[in-house]
Amino acid sequence: MAEREQKKKQAPAKSDEAVEDVPAKSEQGEKIKAELDDLLDEIDEVLESNAEDFVKSYVQKGGQ
Amino acid sequence: MALRKVLGIETEYGILVRGGESNPIAASSILINAYVQELARAQSRPAAGRIGWDFEDEQPGNDARGFSADGTMPPEVETHLVNAVLTNGARYYVDHAHPELSTPECADPRSIVVYDRAAERILQRSMRAATALLPEGQEVVVYKNNSDRKGNSYGCHENYLMDRQVPFSKIVAHVMPHFITRQIFTGAGKVGSEVAGLGSDEVPFQLTQRADFFEEEVGLETTLKRPIVNTRDEPHCDAQKYRRLHVIVGDANLAEVATYLKVGTTALVLSMIEDDWLRRDLLPARPVQALRQVSYDLTLARPIELADGSSMTALEAQWEYLDRARKYAEDRGLACVGGDEVGRDVLQRWEAVLTGLETDPGRLAGQVDWVAKRRLIDGYRTRHDLGWDDARLAAMDLQYHDLRLDKSLAARAGLEQIAGDDEIDAAVHDPPPDTRAFFRGRCLQRWPDSIVAANWDSLVFDVGGDPLRRVPMMEPLRGTRAHVGSLIDGCESAADLLDKLGQ
Repeated sequence: MAEREQKKKQAPAKSDEAVEDVPAKSEQGEKIKAELDDLLDEIDEVLESNAEDFVKSYVQKGGQ
Repeated sequence: MALRKVLGIETEYGILVRGGESNPIAASSILINAYVQELARAQSRPAAGRIGWDFEDEQPGNDARGFSADGTMPPEVETHLVNAVLTNGARYYVDHAHPELSTPECADPRSIVVYDRAAERILQRSMRAATALLPEGQEVVVYKNNSDRKGNSYGCHENYLMDRQVPFSKIVAHVMPHFITRQIFTGAGKVGSEVAGLGSDEVPFQLTQRADFFEEEVGLETTLKRPIVNTRDEPHCDAQKYRRLHVIVGDANLAEVATYLKVGTTALVLSMIEDDWLRRDLLPARPVQALRQVSYDLTLARPIELADGSSMTALEAQWEYLDRARKYAEDRGLACVGGDEVGRDVLQRWEAVLTGLETDPGRLAGQVDWVAKRRLIDGYRTRHDLGWDDARLAAMDLQYHDLRLDKSLAARAGLEQIAGDDEIDAAVHDPPPDTRAFFRGRCLQRWPDSIVAANWDSLVFDVGGDPLRRVPMMEPLRGTRAHVGSLIDGCESAADLLDKLGQ
């Protein structure tokens, strides 16, 4: 059984690393990184200004 | 033969009043009333708030296993709260201190995506209308998520029409492994865990919003000790022929592809169960633990121990379901999920998502919510060198689901669209043409003043003079545009329609 698991275990561990750690050598990689950078700039602008208060105040009653 | 899977989604939304007292029941009532009133104003007629939901046939305490459970707590029907029926056939109401919208009955998974997105637009319009009624500086904000990150959860339920003949135990054996393993593409992602004792070291990020809240394998509860397979037996149609499988284990999705696959793959699995197509059951040895294990396993590589002593990963289980579904499609066709075109598309996208998850999950940021959310959070965390406990990451987690377009992170994540903008806009007001929702919605469009109550399986008319008249709709696939479209359009009045229907 263990052998079978070993053989099938092919999901790469790289999904576990931070995005910045992925080498962005290729043109495609540079483009993806630039897109993410723009997106992160935008998030800096729209993110709730007082994150701690916001997270604390987000209280809901339990539902279904 | 498997039944055509008539489908629906019920979403409970999170709600806040920014800048004011946040009484969630009052806020939810204002939200829904403001929407109904604004619609009435736009159509220059009196507010149709008087079309109420009719609770005559509601029996949420019935158990699919054939007994009435003692000592558990079936949900109570709250008749005093706001309850609106919309012209697109949806129900929009206050439930457990949340605004909830149930889509109309849809005849295929693509239609579900359109109506789920239309529901978001209804909530967005409601937010604007409600905020306009509040004092300066206050704002009603709605979140399409399933947890407040403090241990309180609210659901996004799916509904599937099934054949009453199929033993419930058989459904459980084959659908529970699907619910546990489909999380790898249905999860909406969450920073951390809400299970006591699990900190950010143990669970920095997980695939789903909901897995933390499930404690039982099978049961009737929906608010406490939630079960992976819910046994509520309330078909809202002919109970001799049908059951409605009520699924409470899923996340609310912002990614259209995730909604599409969540419903599409489940409809296929249920059809295969009806047709006895799944021989080997993949039941985990410890299902509740397996549900969490899959949600916490970002490598997607940890094997689940099965009850038969073997083990497999969630991905392997999903490949096995897909493999069976392909053979099923060849042999039996795809009428059960709405025909060849949509059925083949579900199979192709299912394969593409599994392939992506196996080779490079990062490529699925347009299709899978947890991947999209994680990309943003990982990027932000790295840029600002934040620990997993930083409040900004928790704020991003919540704000991913904010339905205000100028605040929503999901709206910025580059999610792929399946539904067209125009068809979503149309679905805000028009019912789907191919289920009984057409009859409900079209009658409400034509004669709102003659309808006093509605529910899933009937409409109650008041045409003056006579006693109220109830039109039953016990067949979910009757009352479609093909059946009654020209009949309704040819009638001058509701009384005329009732005469022609022989009521």
